[in-house]
Amino acid sequence: MSMNQAEIAGLPSAPRQTIWQLRRRRFLKNKPAVIALGFLVVLAVLCGVAYPLGQFLGVDPATTNLLYRFQPPSTEHWLGTDELGRDVLLRLMYGGQVSLAVGILGTLLTAIIGITVGLWAGFVGGRIDAFLMRATDCVIALPMTPVLIVLGAVDLGKLGLAPAMANSPLVIFLRIVIIIALVDWTTIARLTRAETIAVRQKEYVKAAQVSGARRFYNMMVHVLPNITTPITVAMTLSVGRIILFESTLSFLGFGIVPPTPTWGNMLTNAQQLIISAPALAVYPGLLIFLTVMSVNFVGDGIRIAFDPRSKS
Amino acid sequence: MAALLDVQDLNLRFPIGGGLFRKPLTLHALTDVSFTVEEGETLAIVGESGSGKTTLGYAISGLLTPSSGHIRFGEALSGAVEDRPVQLVFQDPFSALDPRMMVGDIVAEPLRLAGVPNKERQERAETVLGQVGLNAESAQRYPHEFSGGQRQRIAIARALIADPKLIVADEPLSALDVSIQSQVLNLLNKIKRERSISYLFISHDLGVVHHLADRVIVLYLGRIMEIASREHLFATPSHPYTQALMRSVPRIGRGRRQPGQSLKGEIPTPLAPPPGCVFHTRCPKAQDVCREAVPVLEPAPGRPGQMSACHFKD
Repeated sequence: MSMNQAEIAGLPSAPRQTIWQLRRRRFLKNKPAVIALGFLVVLAVLCGVAYPLGQFLGVDPATTNLLYRFQPPSTEHWLGTDELGRDVLLRLMYGGQVSLAVGILGTLLTAIIGITVGLWAGFVGGRIDAFLMRATDCVIALPMTPVLIVLGAVDLGKLGLAPAMANSPLVIFLRIVIIIALVDWTTIARLTRAETIAVRQKEYVKAAQVSGARRFYNMMVHVLPNITTPITVAMTLSVGRIILFESTLSFLGFGIVPPTPTWGNMLTNAQQLIISAPALAVYPGLLIFLTVMSVNFVGDGIRIAFDPRSKS
Repeated sequence: MAALLDVQDLNLRFPIGGGLFRKPLTLHALTDVSFTVEEGETLAIVGESGSGKTTLGYAISGLLTPSSGHIRFGEALSGAVEDRPVQLVFQDPFSALDPRMMVGDIVAEPLRLAGVPNKERQERAETVLGQVGLNAESAQRYPHEFSGGQRQRIAIARALIADPKLIVADEPLSALDVSIQSQVLNLLNKIKRERSISYLFISHDLGVVHHLADRVIVLYLGRIMEIASREHLFATPSHPYTQALMRSVPRIGRGRRQPGQSLKGEIPTPLAPPPGCVFHTRCPKAQDVCREAVPVLEPAPGRPGQMSACHFKD
């Protein structure tokens, strides 16, 4: 077995470290991902300081002033004013709070529902698979707009929630997130199912079964880590889609009601003024674009950091 | 020697197709398979593609549930959680190891599933990696950093770690280069000597079988054609199918194969196996009786240890 010794000698020595240290190191080496993550953190912090900044400048983002419309940037209104004379910067900051939270929470909830359904359907197969996938088809087949109107019209007060609570901003916000997740999980569910079926056949899953592994173990330990790549990509793409989706919901008149700004509804409103005041569309549009790009880079970084085959 | 594994009248059938209004077809993967494996014995299973070798291996390792018949392990094995009686080694060392797991975790997985604490199983993983000729540092690496032969060693280490009594090796060499094959073959032999493990060695390479096996089962279309010790099988093959397999082995320098001696045609579909002896469609000796009566597995004339299922066995 002299070949054997050569094989051993051919291996460079590896420093001992835990898998999470390794992943963190790989992520930190990925410049675009780190910059994008930094940008998202800065953006979130800036959105978070909207209230103190408003106090500092003495500006209320909800105050309209029709004599003071479409103002260019000034010391009082750093990014000027909109078609109702409101401060654009503060509205962007407040809107960012809603949009970022809806985008990220909505994506997470979407992913949780989609991955659960897809993993279960793909791994168990048979009748459960057929049932879950037909259910998914049904959700896809539903016409979106009427469903959203019906879901949006549900009066939470009549479902047993106290009226004050049913109209609280938190409940309205959560309601948007849940509505989005309920119609948007199908893409990730189908993707997860397809990938799961491919991994399920692999021999390492069979080896674990021979050693007594149950379904749940195989799904969590072998299948899920091996399908993260396409799921991460789908999730990062869905953040941007959900931010825009929220504006559709707002446009339909439920969810985030007009005085409360979101990037989505600011962009929608600015469409009518695109010739006279293009900046009003550019600001929220640019922020959505940068957010989506950053999330993509971060997602890519996470994907690479978790893939042992990528070069560290 | 005591019987380690006892397989009796094993049948495996799969319903194929079949929809709301269509009756499914039945695929006869294994029909009336009976044999035993002794402790420390290497039993080889040979046959061409589609003969049910892998299905048999999966059934014995519990991945497939028999339609009828039973698979029993010796009494000493039932009970203990930690020593699972069977482990599998697969043909393709690339899909046999989870690419997202470190080798140490892959090897230790049978122990993890048996509830052995982490520290102990990492130690045992390093020990067993050493036994298959890999260093302890390999435990901290990922499968893609290893060559095919090394991966097969890792797979063997995983099979060994929980001290199984039987290893089902499903063509463990056929995906490897010839030079690596001999290394892995020697490793399997060494393990057998040191641990008195039994192998169920599935292969279509008669040269490897000759090197490793104590006894051989010849499988054709899910049925046992012949069971014999290695010496008998290679010296005096009794079943016409076995004889055809022997003739089909490529030879160097010992004369060319005679034309007309090799088998013609393909293995019939297991969805509709031929009546009588399943081999009659391709058998040079086939008579009317072969098309009607299923031959029983009986000792060949003068050789009680060599069982053959043929009306005209030699």
